[in-house]
Order: sequence, then C-alpha cells, then structure tokens
Amino acid sequence: MRIVIVDDSGLRATVLEEGLREAGYDDIHVVPPQSGFVARLERMAPDVVLMDLGSPSRDTLEEMLAVSRALARPIAMFVDQSDEAMIGAAIDAGVSAYVVDGLRKERVKPIIDLAIRRFNAFARMQTELDEAKTALAERKAIDRAKAILMNSKNLAEAEAYALLRTTAMNQNRRIFEVAEALITASELLGGSR
Amino acid sequence: MTPLSIAFLPLTDSAVLVAAREKGFAEAQAIDLRLVRDMSWATLRDRLVYRQVEAAHMLAPLAIAVTLGLSQHPAMLSAPFKLNVNGNALAMSTTFAAALDPDPVSRVNDPLAAAHDFATAIGLHHRKPIVGVVHRFSSHALMLRYWLAYAGIDPDRDLSLRVLPPSLMTEALRAGEIDGFIAGEPWSSVAVAEGLAEIVAVGTRIWRRGVEKVLGFRTDWMDDNPELVDRLLVALSQAAEWCDANREELAEILARPEYVGQPAERLMPALHGRLILRPGDAALDFPDFMLFHREATAFPWRSQALWIYSQLVRWGEVEPSEAAERAAADVFRSDIYRRALAEAAQPMPGASMKLEGALSTPTAVGAHHGTLTLGPDRFFDDRVFDPGAIDRYLASFSQK
Repeated sequence: MRIVIVDDSGLRATVLEEGLREAGYDDIHVVPPQSGFVARLERMAPDVVLMDLGSPSRDTLEEMLAVSRALARPIAMFVDQSDEAMIGAAIDAGVSAYVVDGLRKERVKPIIDLAIRRFNAFARMQTELDEAKTALAERKAIDRAKAILMNSKNLAEAEAYALLRTTAMNQNRRIFEVAEALITASELLGGSR
Repeated sequence: MTPLSIAFLPLTDSAVLVAAREKGFAEAQAIDLRLVRDMSWATLRDRLVYRQVEAAHMLAPLAIAVTLGLSQHPAMLSAPFKLNVNGNALAMSTTFAAALDPDPVSRVNDPLAAAHDFATAIGLHHRKPIVGVVHRFSSHALMLRYWLAYAGIDPDRDLSLRVLPPSLMTEALRAGEIDGFIAGEPWSSVAVAEGLAEIVAVGTRIWRRGVEKVLGFRTDWMDDNPELVDRLLVALSQAAEWCDANREELAEILARPEYVGQPAERLMPALHGRLILRPGDAALDFPDFMLFHREATAFPWRSQALWIYSQLVRWGEVEPSEAAERAAADVFRSDIYRRALAEAAQPMPGASMKLEGALSTPTAVGAHHGTLTLGPDRFFDDRVFDPGAIDRYLASFSQK
C-alpha cells in the first residue's frame, strides 16, 4: 500500500513516517506542499494521502483529486462515515486522509488511527518545545537584567536577583516582566551593551 | 450564555462574524461566540459537515455544491444569512496586462471591451494563461467564467485555472507559476502594491450585486435549534450594520493576528472601496466594492441561489434536474431570515425571489417595515436572470 504524506513540517512528517514504518508499511513518501506538488503526487498514484488539516494547500489537493485520475475515486477523510468518534478525533488531531475507493476500511483504519496518535504526539512535543524555548528566553532576560543591576548599582549577583524579585512581588508582576522592562529602559538610556 | 462555534477563513469578508463577537452583539444575545480560524475551504467544510462547528463562513457556491454532493461528503446545508456582497478583483501580471487597454480605469469601467481585449491577449501571451482561483466552487471562479465567456473564451479550453490559497497567490505570481489570479481582497491590492500585477476587473463591475459569502449551517442542526439560530441572526444583522458604519475601527479589529492578520492599511482599500489598479497610479473609488448591511444585503434571495445553480449547470458541474434545482434553491433560507428578523427595526423584502440583474438604478421595492431600496444589480452584459426560466437563460449563452 502506497502512502503519501503531504506536509511541510519536516519533523511532523518524520514522526508520522517512523510510526508507519514501525507498523510494517514500507512504501511511504513525503511530499512538501510546494509549487507543483500535485504533479508529483499524481505520478506517485498513492492509495492513501495523509495531510495536515491546517495546510492552506488542501484546496489545491482536492482540486487535483477532482480533475485527475491520481486516485481513481478518492474519498475525503474517511472510509467509514459512520465512525463519528474517529472523524472527530482526526479533526481534533489535525489530520485529513484521502483514500482510494475500494480499499476496505479494516485496512485503512489502522493507518488513520496511527496518524491521529502521531499527530497528537507531535502537537504535544511542539508545545513542550515551545515551553522550553520560552523558559530559556526568560532565563536569558533575567540574566541580562541581573548584569545591568550588578554594573549600574554595584550589586552582587544574589543581591541583584533579590532586587528583581522584590520589585516583581511589589508590582504583582513576573520577574521576567520586570527584567524585560529593565532591559528596555536601560537600552533607551543607552546604558547597556 | 450558549456556546456556539463558527469556522472562518482569514478574509476581509469575515467582518460581520468578527464584529458580532468583538463588539458584543453576540454576547447581548447570550451567545458565547467562538470563531475557529481555518486555512482552507476544505477544512472549514469538513468541520461543518462533521459537526465540529455549528456554522461556517462559506463561499455561496460551495454551500450549494456540498448540498448537491459535488464536494466530497454530501450534507444538506442551509444559508439563512449572506455575510456580504461583492469584494473580488482580478489581478493579472504586468506582462499580461500590457496587452490590454493601456488605461486601467477604462478596463474596469468597460468590462465588455476588456473581455474582448483579454481574449486577444490570450493569443499574444507566450503560453496558455494560468489564472489562480481560490476554489472550483467559488463566486470568484463563476465570475471569471461568466465575464470571459462573453468574449467567446472557453475558460476550460483557453485558460488553465489553478486552485491556490489566496495567501500564496502573490508568491506564485512572483515565481511566474501563474499569470494572474482572482481572489477576495486584500490579495489583489497586495500584488499591485508589490509591483507584480494590475487589477483588470472588479467584481462589482461584472455583477453589481454579486453574491459572495454566506453563513452556512447543517440543515438538521439549524432545524433543531430555531431559537438559537434566531438570536444569532439578530446579532449578525446588528454587527453588519455596525460594519457598514465603522470601517476604520473594523479594519483595526480585523488586522489582529487571530482574525485576518494583515496590517489595517492593507484592509482599508476593500473596506473603503478605494483601489489602486496599477502600481503607482492614484486610487479609484468603488462605492459598492463590498456591502455588509444596506439594501438588505444579508437577505438570501432564493433567486440568487438559483443563479449559482444555473452557472454550475452551465459549466457542467451538475446535471440539470428538477430535484437539483429545488435542492439548490432551498439552500438559501429566506424563510429563516424572515422568522429571525421579523421584529428587527429594518425593512424586510416582501418577496423571496426576484429577477437578478434587472435594476440599473436604485429602486424601491415592496417591503414590510418601511421602505427598502435595492441598489443597481445589473450584470455587465445586461442579461437578466429569471429564476422561473432557467432553461431559456442557459440557452441564451449558447447563441451568438
């Protein structure tokens, strides 16, 4: 069974492709939805196309399905329209699947279930990554603010941090916000390099 | 508060939905309106069809196509409220436009001549022109086809129509992948501002009151929730009135990243109806470039659904039949509009069908609650659509 993943996030496509390979599928292709992707897809004649529901290129793909014979008789999303739970889960996970007509639903369902799980796992990874990035950015800002205070007020590092923390508590703000305000003010005054 | 989710695409004509939420009109009707931003019509359609949202900001022809089973999984949809009228423009690359009338103003003001010029330009172009459209079942595609066919162009034979998301049109033009595109604003103005294209046709000059986006429901859900639907329509009607009167503030709200996510100054040309047609030129006024409320814009005339049906038949998208004609007309639910807005202090059209394209000047028509003046609604070729004689209308296109 030939499966094509249309996705422009290299990481998400990899996460999905790995999952499919582990499950024993070996004819898998990843196509980014860039110019001319429909022509590539057409040549590949896939049995199943998996695509990010959030991609603006879904309309382009559906147009190709309407005019070409890439998929003999494609069905959107699902082979089993009665399985509303699965349909809801797929939409929540952000997956759409186009399946060639005639494929039995028992053969397709495991693929869609797997895509749903992997898309959800990827979304969680993405959230964690974003959180980690934010945390790192915040620590950097606090370090910079500490350095400004240490230089300008001749404080030790622990004193500088204590001052930031007290100010934040008094103003009912987060330390990061106080640090950012301090950096901005310092830049405006031309004090920090 | 009743929660209610509506899917939308980040386009200027999502305005009425956004204003209903942001200016408190939904809240005043005890509706907790949640707007779900999608990036493709396919995804918006799937959310509506598979009940992930209660309603959607839809291309009017798509709502009809889904009901007729022409766009993936069939579902009965109903549109009791039009979200706007007009708002599209056709931008062609500066290279292609060079073969048209050199005066951009006369191109848009004389669509008859411009259509013939376009036909000549096709022959002069170095390849079969590739024109981007936002969707097969879009008012944009129907308008382009209607206009060019007048000059003997067969859009399926003489052009390549390529479906692209509006946000990618400008890049595709820059890369030479397309020779022009028809989309809702702000995209044509963006292509002009970047020096890539000229606006060569404007929707309101092809059909002066062209149906554009509608609010689509699943019919079964709409029938099961009449009271909530009525409250929503009241909120939307007030929001539409606000949109017509407060375009500056509207642009600021729409500009936010959770809505259209484009700078307000990019949204102003469409909202003010002041478009620059060619890079460096002065702006030209189109007082009816995009309507939200006046002239009972939101009223879903059943004859307008039938006009769309006639065009789907004309281009071979659907086999003509009495059942299909009936199903298409039934998508536009003027009865629900009447029920919801019966008490509203605004004129209510007396009829639900009319001749389309028959008015060349503002005309008072029969109405309840005061007077209703409809704006001119001519098609550029002066054809009149009689919803009671679709066969004759369609036959008129095959005669020369």
